[in-house]
Amino acid sequence: MFQQWEGFQTGEWTETVNVRDFIQTNYTPYTGDEHFLAGVSDRTQALWKLVADQMAIERERGILAADTSVVSSITSHAPGYINQELEQIVGLQTDQALKRAIMPFGGIRVVEAALKAYGYTLDPNLKTIFTQYRKTHNDGVFDGYTREMRLARHSGIITGLPDAYGRGRIIGDYRRVPLYGVDRLIDDKKAQQESLELDSITEPTIRLREEISEQIKALFELKQMAASYGFEIGQPASNAKEAVQWLYFAYLAAVKEQNGAAMSLGRTSTFLDIYFERDLQTGKATEAELQELIDHFVMKLRLVRFLRTPDYNELFSGDPTWVTEAIAGISESGQPLVTKTSFRFLQTLYNLGAAPEPNLTVLWSEQLPTAFKQFCAKVSIDTSSIQYESDDLMRPQFGDDYAIACCVSAMRIGKQMQFFGARANLAKALLYAINGGKDEKSGEQIAPAFEPITSDELNEAEVLPRFDHMLDWLAKTYINTLNVIHYMHDKYCYERIEMALHDRDVYRTLACGVAGLSVVADSLSAIRYAKVKAIRNEAGLITDYEIEGDYPKFGNNDDRVDQIAADLVSLFMNKLRQHPTYRNAEPTQSVLTITSNVVYGKKTGSTPDGRKAGEPFAPGANPMHGRDTKGAIAALASVAKLPYADAKDGISYTFSIVPGALGRQTGDQVANLAQLLDGFFHDGGHHININVLNRETLLDAMEHPENYPQLTIRVSGYAVNFIKLTREQQKDVINRTFHERV
Amino acid sequence: MNMHSPTIGQLHSIETLGTIDGPGIRYVVFTQGCPLRCLYCHNPECRYWEDGKPTSVEELMTDILRYRSYLRSPGGVTVSGGEPLMQPEFVANLLKRCQAAGFHTVLDTSGYTVLPAALPVLEHTDLVMLDIKSFDPDIYQRLTGVSLAPTLQFARHLSDINKPAWIRFVLVPGITDDPDNVKGLAQFVSTLNNVQRVEILPFHKMGEYKWKQLGYEYQLEDVEPPTPEAVQTVVDIFKKYSGDRYPVLSQSLN
Repeated sequence: MFQQWEGFQTGEWTETVNVRDFIQTNYTPYTGDEHFLAGVSDRTQALWKLVADQMAIERERGILAADTSVVSSITSHAPGYINQELEQIVGLQTDQALKRAIMPFGGIRVVEAALKAYGYTLDPNLKTIFTQYRKTHNDGVFDGYTREMRLARHSGIITGLPDAYGRGRIIGDYRRVPLYGVDRLIDDKKAQQESLELDSITEPTIRLREEISEQIKALFELKQMAASYGFEIGQPASNAKEAVQWLYFAYLAAVKEQNGAAMSLGRTSTFLDIYFERDLQTGKATEAELQELIDHFVMKLRLVRFLRTPDYNELFSGDPTWVTEAIAGISESGQPLVTKTSFRFLQTLYNLGAAPEPNLTVLWSEQLPTAFKQFCAKVSIDTSSIQYESDDLMRPQFGDDYAIACCVSAMRIGKQMQFFGARANLAKALLYAINGGKDEKSGEQIAPAFEPITSDELNEAEVLPRFDHMLDWLAKTYINTLNVIHYMHDKYCYERIEMALHDRDVYRTLACGVAGLSVVADSLSAIRYAKVKAIRNEAGLITDYEIEGDYPKFGNNDDRVDQIAADLVSLFMNKLRQHPTYRNAEPTQSVLTITSNVVYGKKTGSTPDGRKAGEPFAPGANPMHGRDTKGAIAALASVAKLPYADAKDGISYTFSIVPGALGRQTGDQVANLAQLLDGFFHDGGHHININVLNRETLLDAMEHPENYPQLTIRVSGYAVNFIKLTREQQKDVINRTFHERV
Repeated sequence: MNMHSPTIGQLHSIETLGTIDGPGIRYVVFTQGCPLRCLYCHNPECRYWEDGKPTSVEELMTDILRYRSYLRSPGGVTVSGGEPLMQPEFVANLLKRCQAAGFHTVLDTSGYTVLPAALPVLEHTDLVMLDIKSFDPDIYQRLTGVSLAPTLQFARHLSDINKPAWIRFVLVPGITDDPDNVKGLAQFVSTLNNVQRVEILPFHKMGEYKWKQLGYEYQLEDVEPPTPEAVQTVVDIFKKYSGDRYPVLSQSLN
């Protein structure tokens, strides 16, 4: 029993590593409102000003600074500070705020290209090391790729694959570090290693033993890194400030080591609250001091940066890092997991202003306390910086100690991880089905050749079997491609510290995804209910369509087409399930695009729903722009019909509304938004981004970005700085259905 | 087609996220057809009854029930228009069915009707949103093309039967903002005993494009929305007469 645990209720958690049990035994639910919260301190304001000034320079230059010769690791950099006197929570990824580290284990080419794009030159010695002596993940993947995989990747029917950079979407249980101290965790890992002294040592055991050895090394490095900042974290944290600091060191180690596509934080607020309550009860801290800790912690999370190429940013604008923090939810016992620190995290959006990071995610349940629901709604209306996900849908699957990786992917913390698989373009698959496996833009044969459609008018009898056949091919190619990627990532770019903060045996999912769901649903609906004439080019390729008559469109709560969309999700999922996966991961699926809906659209020819070549898809599971005519709730109802059981990696919906359309008075707006969330999640909705903004504000921000440094808007599964979007993406956001009625 | 069918109505459209047509989140049924020709009308396409889409009460109820999770108290169903009281049998039947299904019901009307026709509707209405577009009969006539008297009679009746009501007044600079007109209306409203809220709605031109699309001449092209100060002046007048018995609200349009 550690003395740092004084005042805590003992339980299972004292014997084994079990953060959930610690929370359940010790947390103090809070059902009151936001009036206890403290505003911003002078110290915080001064510090945030320093940070904001640096961010302004960064925006101008693209990046503020970058390493060119130091390979980032947990211990690679000397301690860095913004202003040591002001900072209550310390630690930077490199030795300077916003300076980008290089992490070549994912791929040296991306590092070199990204540096070059911003005017830096990679140290030639480093290039030699990572081309001649040390293989990267990226090299491994291309050694393993088949011709078919390379074609699918090149044509864009499967894109966004993590084959040249860190896959991310793994959440270490960073809370273990403050609760147990690193020494105890090392002992635990050593015991795991001993448990693997088996009679027959075969490949899976060898691999795991090697991984655990790496994990132990990473834990020692974590201690060393903290020590360089003057903290001994071998022991548990003894108070609120240490708890936040230890937690942050653990997370910091992860973002020093991995340039992951999404580096989520987990579910820390109610965990931290236990320390905060203890300090409040014993008079060791005031509300203002506790808020300051969270403000400074969040400020550090907002500083997380990765070096990425400009075309990655074209896909996912605004330097996304997906530091996702899941807030609230309900215990398996039925008690809300809302604490005062749940409020304190949301309060940072006022104290520091709106921002996309950390990606604050409220796990919504109808059973959440009313005052908390109302506060969330108010913060959404004021900042557009929150996303909501259905705890009632996820809890039965994932228990009450899961978090969200990236945008919508739920996983039990420290017990489960995913192999991130980006997404397949279903709209393109439909066009391949129509054109016999040829790409509608290049004419190239991508999928195996088969009979194209020769009729002048599309009909289901011809299109559906071909589409089914095409999806068989796509699912197979997709799963095989991901198998190669993750085999190589484990081999060459293993997440040592993140996995050190997991149990020995983790449950793995293979997270597939789809883009263009509403395009395909509407296309199939058009073929069934209207007349769709095929228009061919000189080469006989169908490149455009003429639609006569009206057809039911996804987003109007019309079962005729909503069922098509729902069936499509299940159909593709069932096809994915048929293929063997690397490390026996369970295949899952998401309906999520983030901002890539624009690029996907650009790469996809005209579709039978009337969408013209190059026009953006709708983001995530959204209905196509302007096709929902019965108001916002009809659209929500359509989306809520998509089956979560066949899209367990998440179904993302982005909702944008002008404030006046939520009600005349602020009080009405807050109550109506909370009611809308209750309704959507009651009916089975999984995820929703809420934007409450005026179209005029966005138009003005396009013209005068300098006036809107912190204007934040939610896109599929994520939030971005509006002014960091490309102009095309900005236009897409503005054109997208903005719900308003006068 | 029959304007007096209790089962089939002529509809313009449906809005599933109604938040300004009564309390909470509301399913709003916009009926087609209106006897008024308000100069500022933002739904001019709702004028002619025969342009509507025939829809049965049965169909509507099936649809409404699919939104039950969203329409919980204080939300519910609102019938707006157009002028719903042009199809009183249909609206009465619809609201009756809504009430029976447990929904709070709102009727959004100009009050331009004959009482006997409206009574069955009111029987199944929980709250009336009554637009009184002017208190000066001449201004009213000029603005709407019809006379004021039926609306005042309707308002008085609502007060007599103690039917909860929100009174709405659109402030149009140069037309309805005459101080005597405003005071007259504020005074009249204060004599009603059923008022739960007064809303002052600043005139806006967001419907102007529709007039042009429809080929109608928009006469208020040169009229600008009222200034916030002008709106506040009117709010203050209504407040003075309200004696704090009901709130007087306005909203600058976002």
